[in-house]
Amino acid sequence: MLELLSKGNIMSERKIIDARGTYCPGPLMELIAAMKQAEIGDELEILSTDEGSVNDVPEWINKVGHDMVETTQEGDVWHIIVRKAK
Amino acid sequence: MSKISITVLSGSREKVQFAAMAASVAAVSGFDVTVFLSMNALPLFLRENAPAPTNEGAFGELMEGKNMPPYLDLFESAVDLGDARIYACSMAMDVMEIGKDALQPFVTEPMGLTKFLSEAEGGQCWSF
Repeated sequence: MLELLSKGNIMSERKIIDARGTYCPGPLMELIAAMKQAEIGDELEILSTDEGSVNDVPEWINKVGHDMVETTQEGDVWHIIVRKAK
Repeated sequence: MSKISITVLSGSREKVQFAAMAASVAAVSGFDVTVFLSMNALPLFLRENAPAPTNEGAFGELMEGKNMPPYLDLFESAVDLGDARIYACSMAMDVMEIGKDALQPFVTEPMGLTKFLSEAEGGQCWSF
């Protein structure tokens, strides 16, 4: 599921991908599907309760040449933010 | 591009789920992925009246109650997002007396074992 969140005075939008509750490789595949639709420079934030995503998403991002922005944890939810680079 | 050929023969939940995971992640990670469906796995890919996979063991039962990514969705993602090619074994189709249209749309044309061996040559081959 995709939602659009405004980032205040920043012009670009960050897409939120809510993949909570699903298991590997669900969050990664949802991210990749959203990445295909995104424009270069867009940020995407994936919400995941699958801890493996914390390693798998950066691995995929680095392998294919996008940018990791940050990973944070709130309770049992991981917020993984990436930027489409190409 | 590194090549991975995946044969899926089992109708067990554990094996088909892991095959789908491997195919999808490999395909979106830059591997050239070919999937070959035969034996007890092929009926799972019928468009209509597909049987449920059987649980091979306790882990299959455990997965049944969890929100696992559906294996059909993962195979479809392997094709749509990663350009994987998924073939049905022509022998198994003959035995089941079905045509290509009876199978999921992401399954491409029937393929014989000889062609599969040519496709797989020089790459990794995984079997489930």
